[in-house]
Amino acid sequence: MTQSATPAVLIEDLRFAYARKSPPVLDIAQFRVDPGERVFLRGASGSGKSTLLGVIAGILDVSHGRIEALGTDMAHADAATRDQTRAERLGVIFQMFNLLPYLPVGENVMLPCRFSAGRARATKVNGGPAADARRLLSRLELDPAEYWNAASRSLSVGQQQRVAAARALIGQPSLILADEPTSALDTDRRDRFIALLLEECASSGAALLFVSHDGGLAPHFDRALDLSEINRAGTGETA
Amino acid sequence: MSRFPLPRLALRSVLNRRATALLTALTVAISVTLFLGVEKVRHGARASFENTISGTDLIVGARSSPINLLLYSIFHIGDPTNAISWQSYEAVSGAPSVAWTVPISLGDSHRGFRVVGTDNRFFEHYKYANRRDLEFENGGPLEDTFSAVIGARVADELGYEVGGELIVAHGGGEFSFVQHDQNPFTLTGILAPTGTPVDRSVFVRLDGLDAIHDGAGPGEDHAGDAHTEDDHAHAEPDQITAFLVGLDHPAAALRLQRQVNTYPDEALQAIIPGMALVQLWSVIGAAETTLTLIAAFVVLTGLVSILTAILTSLNERRREMAILRALGARPHHIFALLVSEAALLALAGAVLGTALTYGLLAVLAPVLEARYAILIAQLWPGLYDLAIVAAVTGAAALLGAFPAWRAYRNSLADGMTIRV
Ligand SMILES: Nc1ncnc2c1ncn2[C@@H]1O[C@H](COP(=O)(O)OP(=O)(O)OP(=O)(O)O)[C@@H](O)[C@H]1O
Ligand SMILES: [Mg+2]
Repeated sequence: MTQSATPAVLIEDLRFAYARKSPPVLDIAQFRVDPGERVFLRGASGSGKSTLLGVIAGILDVSHGRIEALGTDMAHADAATRDQTRAERLGVIFQMFNLLPYLPVGENVMLPCRFSAGRARATKVNGGPAADARRLLSRLELDPAEYWNAASRSLSVGQQQRVAAARALIGQPSLILADEPTSALDTDRRDRFIALLLEECASSGAALLFVSHDGGLAPHFDRALDLSEINRAGTGETA
Repeated sequence: MSRFPLPRLALRSVLNRRATALLTALTVAISVTLFLGVEKVRHGARASFENTISGTDLIVGARSSPINLLLYSIFHIGDPTNAISWQSYEAVSGAPSVAWTVPISLGDSHRGFRVVGTDNRFFEHYKYANRRDLEFENGGPLEDTFSAVIGARVADELGYEVGGELIVAHGGGEFSFVQHDQNPFTLTGILAPTGTPVDRSVFVRLDGLDAIHDGAGPGEDHAGDAHTEDDHAHAEPDQITAFLVGLDHPAAALRLQRQVNTYPDEALQAIIPGMALVQLWSVIGAAETTLTLIAAFVVLTGLVSILTAILTSLNERRREMAILRALGARPHHIFALLVSEAALLALAGAVLGTALTYGLLAVLAPVLEARYAILIAQLWPGLYDLAIVAAVTGAAALLGAFPAWRAYRNSLADGMTIRV
């Protein structure tokens, strides 16, 4: 890992509360994810994992502290810049129900290329958005011949999560944020999913920030830490 | 650069909720159909109404109200209050600047159709729509005392043909007490359809009317008396109901009107048909405005149903919005998505409604024309309909701003945590 390169995530002295008067959900002195680094962050339910990802993605407004995602100042940049950074350079996977129900699998995977010209351009090396989407789907063990036109709802949860991973990865984003994407999967499928995800991140050089309450996943990653180690506001129940 | 595939998403999202979308669009379609239908019929009714008489400068009758005179003399609605004397008719006819006059005598009926006593000048001078002449579909004008000409509707409904006979009863109603069974009239002509009360009229000569009132008929004292019928024709009636006046110069109308209205020997009244029509329409107009207003509110109901449909779907779509946000959608994209969904539903509904309206009109126009003399001028969607479609779509977009605003707020507050 090149320490000198722009970090994928850099947080200093961050504080975040949902409302002005409510106590902060996040109070983080220091946190950093290097480019290409794959980090596991464990945290109890309600400890602020999703909130942290929302802050990093620039969806939630931060009033205090410094937070950079891929060099963009997500605390001070205007909303348009933040939304743009997210569209161009971030991939997000949620816990469940990642797919737009009204688009078939292939369309769902290609969606980031419709939001961002940069992402579409980045798929050129692999033959354009459609070709790249097919490539990613087969890498994630979903035969595009069978699933490309399938309705998103007709897929199993594990399959949906892999489609979501393909969508997060298309167009070579530099940072993948994964919000408990395996919590609905059984152990075998969970491990298989994580292996595939890590592999794809490695091959595209994307950094990965993976949050979950399930500490058992930690060994798969370059680095693992507990949110309570960095978040001084953490009040989540102990899992 | 961050883009947003708005049309694609809006369309797919609406199609995804097909059943609701279809019902919502259908509600709008039905409301638009009602609105356009009311408008069409209203315009048709108004046009037909205004087209009833043309080219006549004055109508003269006994003094009552202008609307009353217009109603009974031209529209054959209600009964004349009073008759006017033949002397007065001749006096006015002789006035300078009078080009022609047509006497009209009302009060009798034939199987529910009004009988108009007049002479052949009626077919020459009565004009409708934009100075269109009456035309004979079959046969020709009145001949002897006991000849009759009927309008298109009468011929249609009663199945009469030229050469046939008909019997005139005294009184205006469908069932009259006095039947002049002894007085068959021979049909000499059938007029082409006009969309005016002429279609529902039976025309006979003034002396023909007199003859039946006198109890005389061709089968009795006029039998084999064909040569003397001309004499009878010139025998003038004592009274008529009203008469139409054509002038050399329309500019003379006001002066003549004043002279008639102040005619010393009899209480006469002259009206200018155009002005009386406007006056009459202003009475009907109130009802007409109410109808339009009701139709407009029905359209509003249709639009509100779009609002309801979108608002109800909003909660279950919070996750969808969060996904879009995670993909880089800006909050205003979320706003635009919902607004365009509302607009899309309204557009589909309005277009469907327009199609439905004209489809129905194509089927119903002949019935409207035949039964109600309402002529639908335009049987293809025009600029007006386009404007309605645009207005409905625009209004839906405006209403859609409400759920869109809520989704916009949600998308800002939800962040990445959606609890659904
Ligand atoms: N939109 C919101 N508005 C107000 N408070 C919120 C909102 N989202 C989260 N919170 C609060 O912030 C805290 C952290 O929530 P968050 O969703 O980040 O936890 P989490 O670690 O992701 O939990 P889980 O493992 O259950 O997903 C909780 O106390 C929660 O109630
Ligand atoms: Mg969470």
